[in-house]
Amino acid sequence: MPEQPGRSAIEVRGVRKVFGTGESQVAALDTVSVSIRENEFFTLLGPSGCGKTTLLRLIAGFDFPSAGEILLHGQDIAPLPPFKRPVNTVFQNYALFPHMTVAENIGFGLEMLGKPKAEVKARVAEMLKLVKMEALSNRRTSQISGGQQQRVALARALAPQPKVLLLDEPLSALDLKLRKEMQIELKRLQHETGITFIFVTHDQEEALTMSDRIAVMSSGKILQVGTPWDIYDKPAERFVADFIGETNFLTAAISGMGNGKARATLKSGATIDATVAEGFQPKDNATVVVRPEHAKLTSGKGDLSGTVENIVYFGTDTHIHVRLDSSETFTVRQQNTRSAGCGFERGDKVGISIGNDAAQVLRD
Amino acid sequence: MASRFDIRRQTGFTTIAMICFFALYLPIVTLVVYAFNSGNSIAVWEGVSLRWFYQAWNNDQVVDAAIRSLQIALVAATVATIVATMAALATTRTKPYPGLGFKYAFINQPLMVPEIVTAVALLIFFSRIKIWTGYSGLGYLMAAHTAFCIPFAYLPIRARLESMDLSLETAAADLYATPWKAFRRVTFPLLWPGILAGLMLAFVISLDDVVITEFVKSGGQDTLPTYMLGQFRRFITPEINAISTVFLLISILIVTVFFFISRKKDHE
Repeated sequence: MPEQPGRSAIEVRGVRKVFGTGESQVAALDTVSVSIRENEFFTLLGPSGCGKTTLLRLIAGFDFPSAGEILLHGQDIAPLPPFKRPVNTVFQNYALFPHMTVAENIGFGLEMLGKPKAEVKARVAEMLKLVKMEALSNRRTSQISGGQQQRVALARALAPQPKVLLLDEPLSALDLKLRKEMQIELKRLQHETGITFIFVTHDQEEALTMSDRIAVMSSGKILQVGTPWDIYDKPAERFVADFIGETNFLTAAISGMGNGKARATLKSGATIDATVAEGFQPKDNATVVVRPEHAKLTSGKGDLSGTVENIVYFGTDTHIHVRLDSSETFTVRQQNTRSAGCGFERGDKVGISIGNDAAQVLRD
Repeated sequence: MASRFDIRRQTGFTTIAMICFFALYLPIVTLVVYAFNSGNSIAVWEGVSLRWFYQAWNNDQVVDAAIRSLQIALVAATVATIVATMAALATTRTKPYPGLGFKYAFINQPLMVPEIVTAVALLIFFSRIKIWTGYSGLGYLMAAHTAFCIPFAYLPIRARLESMDLSLETAAADLYATPWKAFRRVTFPLLWPGILAGLMLAFVISLDDVVITEFVKSGGQDTLPTYMLGQFRRFITPEINAISTVFLLISILIVTVFFFISRKKDHE
């Protein structure tokens, strides 16, 4: 992926992290490199155990890499202890100090930096206002709700004006409604403070809605880095396509490659246009992905043909599962209207037409 | 959930509980009651009087022994708690490594070795030192008490440290606190109830000790318990009951004070 302009806030270079010794050695991070730009909302997305939290802890300084460098604005911070890094963390369980008030929690970082009392006080007031917690400044952290604790944790981490804010699945403990609110709140805070946010989550929807860019991780490796749109519409690997959203996998023969595009001949014999993932090596059976909403069901002939196996109603849309004549399965997502059903029934012989610019050829 | 096992509904539960309570508290109640006996017997009631309390108060031997007990307990409990706090920090704030279990055992050794063995060993060991140095003050008792108080102070402190959320210390480090500042501002205030519990426990254990004290003490170094034991060899008067009653009151006072301090800390 060509590096776009913009200074990088964090640059991770060839970082390895190995836990354990001898036979039981596990590489939590396997030679990871990534560059995170200034003022960016950057998300590390992956299932649990993929190494995303390990990478975050290395940037925070809670762990040290087995190999590689971590640059903050060009300076290697990998050997520094956490209290010497201008980087703050919002913890998954918030880790608020139970023996201090809300205001004391928020002021802690500044106090440790040795800022004068008046400055601390003014900054705390400012942060309380930013997260709308002025009224509760003298409460103990045990006397406020989960959502409020979340805000205090954010304010506490933002108060010392770190160069980079690290967020370790901070929304996972909140209920759905509060989570949605906090997603918007986080975007607002990032915008208002102009601080680089590095956000760790396993929730693909959260990643898509909040991030400027996403790094998808699996088994200690970064598989793909890109905008939410890149990641969703142009997944590079099967894991990425599968982890984010629902998708259809088809086997195809690739021809006429050039300029990132190609012609894909499906098992049905139809040939469609497709974009090609970077790093694709020509081979006999390539995998092509098509998102369910980028295909249309027809009663006539399409690019694919098959039999309707199942129809699932979701309110906003309907998912129609089709068994293709090539015995692969294919799901089509169809927007619902109030007046009519989806127009198909189980057992119907149907065609599927794949839109222009709907298919992506994976590299693996 | 009627089928759930509830011990309070089992046949005979109340009866067994009552018997246990009587067995535990009846002797103590008897002891306290006879402290107020006006007669010379600890078994024949003759009337209410504070005579034995006055007598104990005016008995120089008792007062000296009490002061000695308090001095030893204060020094032993304080030193033991400091050592135990450091030991607890060192054994919990580290990655588990081979030999850590051995270290636990080492710290808790006084709980496992029979007290009489330690007592004899200390007697021999200290008598050597006494010959070499000529010193025969309270230091030996204080050292001995400190040693066996350490595990009692260690256990509640370690329990508190283990139940503490480690991410709090990580958060402090993340917010620019050096390890010392993180300890002073976060770990220590949260650990305080545990330290206090350890201190109280060590204090009471020291105050109460007979076996080791009996072996280690030099002439004229009776503590309250060894003095009372000595009295039994002659004839027993309710003076012993009076001393015990005061002892009991002090213990209850300490436990109550601690209970309120720790409850306040937890609710803040």
